[in-house]
Amino acid sequence: MSSPIISVEHLGKSYTLRHQRAEPYVALRDVLTDKARSVFRRTKPVVTTEEFRALDDVSFDVQAGDRVGIIGRNGAGKSTLLKILSRIVAPTKGRITIDGRVASLLEVGTGFHPELSGRENIYLNGSILGMSRAEINAKFDEIVAFSEVERFLDTPVKRYSSGMYVRLAFAVAAHLEPEILIVDEVLAVGDAAFQRKCLGKMESAAGEGRTVLFVSHQMDAVQRLCNKGLLLNNGRLVHTGPMEQVVQHYLQSQATAEATFALAKPEEPNHAYATELQVQDANGQAAAEIPIGAPWQVRTRFTVEKPTEGFVIALGLSTLLDLPIRTTWSEPRTLRPGRYEAVYTNDGIHLAGGQYKLIVGLSAQGRVLHYVPDSASITISDVSELAGETRILNTRSGMIVNQMNVAITPIH
Amino acid sequence: MGQHRIILEPGSADKHYWRDLWKFRGLFWFLAWRDILVRYKQTVIGIAWSVLRPLLTLSVMAFIGWLFESKVPEGVPRLLLVAAATLPWTFFSTAFSDAAGSLISNSNLLTKVYFPRLIVPASTIIVCLIDFLISFAIVLVLMLAYRFVPDARILFLPLFLLLALVTALGSGLLIAALNVKYRDFRYVVPFIVQFGLYVSPIAFTSSDIYNSARIPEVVKWIYALNPMVGVIDGFRWCLLGGQTAIQLEGFLVSIGISLLMLFVGIRYFRSTERSFADVI
Repeated sequence: MSSPIISVEHLGKSYTLRHQRAEPYVALRDVLTDKARSVFRRTKPVVTTEEFRALDDVSFDVQAGDRVGIIGRNGAGKSTLLKILSRIVAPTKGRITIDGRVASLLEVGTGFHPELSGRENIYLNGSILGMSRAEINAKFDEIVAFSEVERFLDTPVKRYSSGMYVRLAFAVAAHLEPEILIVDEVLAVGDAAFQRKCLGKMESAAGEGRTVLFVSHQMDAVQRLCNKGLLLNNGRLVHTGPMEQVVQHYLQSQATAEATFALAKPEEPNHAYATELQVQDANGQAAAEIPIGAPWQVRTRFTVEKPTEGFVIALGLSTLLDLPIRTTWSEPRTLRPGRYEAVYTNDGIHLAGGQYKLIVGLSAQGRVLHYVPDSASITISDVSELAGETRILNTRSGMIVNQMNVAITPIH
Repeated sequence: MGQHRIILEPGSADKHYWRDLWKFRGLFWFLAWRDILVRYKQTVIGIAWSVLRPLLTLSVMAFIGWLFESKVPEGVPRLLLVAAATLPWTFFSTAFSDAAGSLISNSNLLTKVYFPRLIVPASTIIVCLIDFLISFAIVLVLMLAYRFVPDARILFLPLFLLLALVTALGSGLLIAALNVKYRDFRYVVPFIVQFGLYVSPIAFTSSDIYNSARIPEVVKWIYALNPMVGVIDGFRWCLLGGQTAIQLEGFLVSIGISLLMLFVGIRYFRSTERSFADVI
């Protein structure tokens, strides 16, 4: 086996967290006043610091031509890893050896200047991403054709629509030709057609034997593009291997993580209150991530302390931005004291991938007994279980992915 | 492929830093080009501003000098005397403040792409050079109006421009790097610029200071510590001909301070550079 193109040994990155500091940077006046205080008090100022390990003892090798998908939950250290490999931040421990020209694409349109025209921004962005003027000249026409903004080449990009902006930016990045390409979650932008085009471009880059490191939350994109996977959790590398396996591992580890939400007892409880909420798959097993299109149910548990007439329990579903999607009420019932559970079964409306809030409300005869707006959520993953579904599903197509019936008939 | 081998380790200064800097020279020119385009594109004010500002400073400073009856060398119009000083001063003050703020205003680049960070403050100085050329043209027009012909010493002007550049770059790098960590340095910059306008020989000349019997020796030495004294004296010597003289000791002190600042600026910048993206 040839020597690896990237070799990471015991990599660590830690940050010192300073508590009671609202801003990430230190103001000199703080340093001075701290000093002054210590002179007067003759004691050292108490600064509570905590070491936060964004990455901890991560080791792996990447062979030339590998397409490596890096997955993990938010805050797992994926972006930190990419930033270290791109030389933007320095590691605090370990050693990395990279044998080739690296281009990193951590953001679409880095360095784009709104006042400059599309043409000027192509040159600027290209050079920021590491292309020489000659390379940009040679690729210029291809970039323009890929971006589909020919007509607006001499318009300042501040007048571009966001779609045009993203297309132009990605077009420049897509024409980089480094030996190693590092890409962070950039496919989340643009419309479905353009996303497909970008994925295609990245596939062909990989096909040409280039090494690609790709971070994404879109499991279908990662699975399509990558052959090897790295799973990070809390800064540690927990699993490596073929991409499919790593994705499976990730989804399973997710399942037990946040499927059950214990609800705190209200400070001044009424005679009925909810205690727990659990997201489940169709078999009643706890599931933190529901594959898109798969059936799911929500079980709530609640306690009733006094005989209650006209009891209703409601479950609301809203977006993370608090846009209500739907609310379901139970039939009014009379309940005796005791512990109960209510199971809501989803009836075939499929939500797009993403996270949604679950809201529980208990009431009796119109009086609210307990209302829990911000304690639980359901995550719909991007892994498609819809039979034969080959379309790229994304949130831009809407929250509900069920397709309407389409009838096409010739008009005479 | 071996030529592209990179080893990333904590703490170790990059051995190939200067080679990298050379490799990224394309980006240096592109950033300078961007700043120039943006400066002169948006508005007509762009050019008008770089003409108006030195002219206004020039007239106010000439008026102050006249008011306090500062001495003018034989055969040199007061306006030209002040113009020869405003020229490098405006260059220094814009280059210094632009360089000092450059890392903060380009923070989106620093957190997303790798390149030797030295490129950012260095490229802002190019824009100031363009402004300098415009101001220089104004001074030439003034000379023409006074029918004042500079002698061959004008050929030394690039050397003193280089000295001004070294001073601006050195101090700019230092403040730029400090600014990333201690954000209140952005309040220090306007103060230095304003303060410098009065302690540099713009409304007056260095001879006024050195030849004054009322000023104690210590103050004269402190005065000479200002690196812009050397630069401005040099500009006057180049542009205004025989009547102006450089006080050699003070001049050497100024040059020494300029070079020291460049050294300290680069050292501090290099030692903190790797953590910029962490704290910015």
